[in-house]
Amino acid sequence: MEGISIDLISNERLDELGGDKIRFIIDAVKKGKVMVLEKGLTPAEELELIRVTMSEIDHDHFIGLETPGFSGNVTKRTFLQRILGRTPSPRMMVVGPAHLLRTIKKDGRTIQAIILTRDDRVMKEELRAVLEE
Amino acid sequence: MGILDNVLRKLRGLFRKKQASIGIYGPPNAGKTTLANRISRDWTGKPLGKTSDVPHETRHVKERKEIVIKAARSRINFDIVDTPGIATKIDFHNFVEDHGLDPAEARNRAKEATEGVIEAIKWLDRVDGVLLVMDSTEDPYNQVNVTLIGNLEARKLPTIIIANKTDLQGSNWGSIRDAFPDHPTVPVSALTGKGMDKLYSTMVDHFR
Repeated sequence: MEGISIDLISNERLDELGGDKIRFIIDAVKKGKVMVLEKGLTPAEELELIRVTMSEIDHDHFIGLETPGFSGNVTKRTFLQRILGRTPSPRMMVVGPAHLLRTIKKDGRTIQAIILTRDDRVMKEELRAVLEE
Repeated sequence: MGILDNVLRKLRGLFRKKQASIGIYGPPNAGKTTLANRISRDWTGKPLGKTSDVPHETRHVKERKEIVIKAARSRINFDIVDTPGIATKIDFHNFVEDHGLDPAEARNRAKEATEGVIEAIKWLDRVDGVLLVMDSTEDPYNQVNVTLIGNLEARKLPTIIIANKTDLQGSNWGSIRDAFPDHPTVPVSALTGKGMDKLYSTMVDHFR
């Protein structure tokens, strides 16, 4: 069956993965999956995700990630968190292949993203072929 | 950054002997090198790197050592570190389609850009403070900005947010200030120099 797989990953599954979390996400995204992580990643894990992604971009099949997630958002810290300099726990995160997923709008509360259809991608490839001629 | 962290940082600063390194971080094309050049020219007379409208012009870390900024009867000494833009994706096709680069040149630029992002991330372990540059004409909630802020806070690195490109129509530096209220935000046009005096006095206050 043709289509794009969207995997919703629970907190429990993410916790089970432990140190293999980044590898798990990148392997899935390289297979063309869009993932919704219930708990998201810590800022350090997000940076590691970017680092590993950069080392695996091959410019033909994998051009990186689109991550329209809320992240460990620092914009809404409680008074106690401010005093102690702590960041809130990570929140929901969406991550997918950059050639398939586009963030349309994102603020502290809402994420709007689209998954490009096969027609969109074919049209883009055809346009590229014309431009390169 | 918490109040306790601020107090501890000030106390640590009293005993700091080494030259501090201030890293300029942000997404591609936010104006990091334009800002680095402006600071370097203002205080040493020499620019630091080449700028371009094509993203990922800076693909290797560049340093200018021993800059001394004087403001309001005080001063700070530091090395400035201009870093490649941090991104979650790099598609060489964009360099061809949007900027007219030759495909081979575009592929090479993309390859170097991925290496540059990795180098910039590694340098986070070496800097003592950060100027985080954001394009004030764009949505501040992009993933790179949020990820960087989270990491700078986790590392307890003193940070000033630069709301750059205030000379452009559509600039809204208030949206950056409102998105990240825990850090000082300074509106600047690194291109024209507007707002630099305020930035220098903020740097002296914040990084001293």
